[in-house]
Amino acid sequence: MQAFEYIPATTVNEAIAILHQQGDQARLISGGTDLIVQLREGRRKPKIVVDIKRIPEVNQLSYNLIDGLTIGAAVPCYKLYGSAVIKETYPGLIDAASLIGGVQIQGRATLGGNLCNASPAADSIPALIAHNAIAVVAGMNGERHIPVQDFCTSPGRTQLEPDEMLVSIQVPAPRAHSYGAYLRFTPRNEMDIAVVGVGVWVALDDTRVVITAARIALGAVGPTPLFVNEAGASLVGQPIGSQAIEKAALIAQLAAKPITDMRGSAEQRRHLVAVLTRRALDSAIARASA
Amino acid sequence: MSNKTVVQATINGEEVEFLCETRQSLLEVLRDVLRLTGTKEGCNNGNCGACNVILEGVLVNSCLVLGVEVQGKSITTIEGIASPQGLHPLQQKFLEHAALQCGICTPGVLVSAKALLDRHPHPSEHEVRHWLAGNLCRCTGYDKIVHAILDAADVMSAEVTK
Ligand SMILES: Cc1cc2nc3c(=O)[nH]c(=O)nc-3n(C[C@H](O)[C@H](O)[C@H](O)COP(=O)(O)OP(=O)(O)OC[C@H]3O[C@@H](n4cnc5c(N)ncnc54)[C@H](O)[C@@H]3O)c2cc1C
Ligand code: FES
Ligand code: FES
Repeated sequence: MQAFEYIPATTVNEAIAILHQQGDQARLISGGTDLIVQLREGRRKPKIVVDIKRIPEVNQLSYNLIDGLTIGAAVPCYKLYGSAVIKETYPGLIDAASLIGGVQIQGRATLGGNLCNASPAADSIPALIAHNAIAVVAGMNGERHIPVQDFCTSPGRTQLEPDEMLVSIQVPAPRAHSYGAYLRFTPRNEMDIAVVGVGVWVALDDTRVVITAARIALGAVGPTPLFVNEAGASLVGQPIGSQAIEKAALIAQLAAKPITDMRGSAEQRRHLVAVLTRRALDSAIARASA
Repeated sequence: MSNKTVVQATINGEEVEFLCETRQSLLEVLRDVLRLTGTKEGCNNGNCGACNVILEGVLVNSCLVLGVEVQGKSITTIEGIASPQGLHPLQQKFLEHAALQCGICTPGVLVSAKALLDRHPHPSEHEVRHWLAGNLCRCTGYDKIVHAILDAADVMSAEVTK
């Protein structure tokens, strides 16, 4: 690993000022489970590594019925499933957070780092998109909000300017009878990278038989995680049941743009999109009907 | 620009101060600077669990933590598992069940198992296997490891209720 200067920042402004002065010579570290591997392999060569974990705002983890869930950019995955209320309210996010690596990775890895690393196969991003999450970003010109569905621009690249940082992820408060789910396919159950990942979110009416809103997002079938608006929209107004689900799964499948690589062929991935979309919808609907 | 930093941390209950390069991992610091060589290096990229330590009560891969990141933190390594009175029940059960062959994975597995039982004193077999997903063992086939951990959990809860 090449030498670098290490700065533990204590405020958002301090971290942004360093990014502003140093441009791409500086890199933020959150859990480090992506960055340290990249530094070791020489894939990134920053002169300065800025640790954000001592900044109060990025350690927030709070939930209330009005603002929903705030996940600070440096909150490790294990804290999400360590919270009973988050587990109960957002099981679709927990599905993803408890799949990232194994327990020892989840002791460090953050959803913020998962998002900023912008891997097409990142597990949390389809789940966050399905939940309509917003990235709260701070820069020299103040704060801006970017929907997670627009955050990634290509593999490893995001909408962040060189002097901007992610502060937190905001997940809207749940509507009545609404739940998410995330499923992925991997050859091994744990410690593997998604061949395909599917995040969904579904809201039902008071009778719990008609779908009033739905969102579907796909991972590992395009250069970025993919929000498939039409697939979710096709479910609105439909009674729960295999017909509507089948149609949404087909739309998702048509929207996928998979490639063939060492993890799977394009054909297998297309097949998996339909299967996982169906199963994830079943799971979210079961949660919302319970 | 000096890339050597003084870091203070508590390791196995003892306050230590060490000088480390910013690019050194906690694993390198433990082994090369502090000579705590019980923690092993396998893959050096987060996949094998040989380097596992407990940082502020949380199981982590020490190869994915920078030495400078542990300023002010408390760490338990394999050297901190046994007590002056003797082996930890997990260590005892690993011997009884012959849950190791070459032994390179063993410190990491024991530290993982300790973190598991600290959090879930009565794990099911499934929970043990799931928790150990990030610990690779080339030799044992895992079965003996899993049974040694379940047995240790029984012994430890019997001791608590005694
Ligand atoms: C063994 C292993 C298994 C893994 N398994 C999975 C898996 O199953 N699924 C999966 O999705 N990922 C997996 N990963 C990848 C990784 O653990 C995740 O992407 C993790 O969520 C990254 O979070 P972090 O906090 O460690 O990020 P870091 O490594 O700290 O940061 C990642 C990137 O984001 C940048 N960054 C961090 N925080 C900010 C911020 N606040 N603002 C702007 N930029 C920022 C960093 O500069 C860096 O480029 C695995 C990694 C390993 C080593
Ligand atoms: S050496 Fe750290 S996980 Fe393998
Ligand atoms: S005993 Fe040899 S790797 Fe586990």
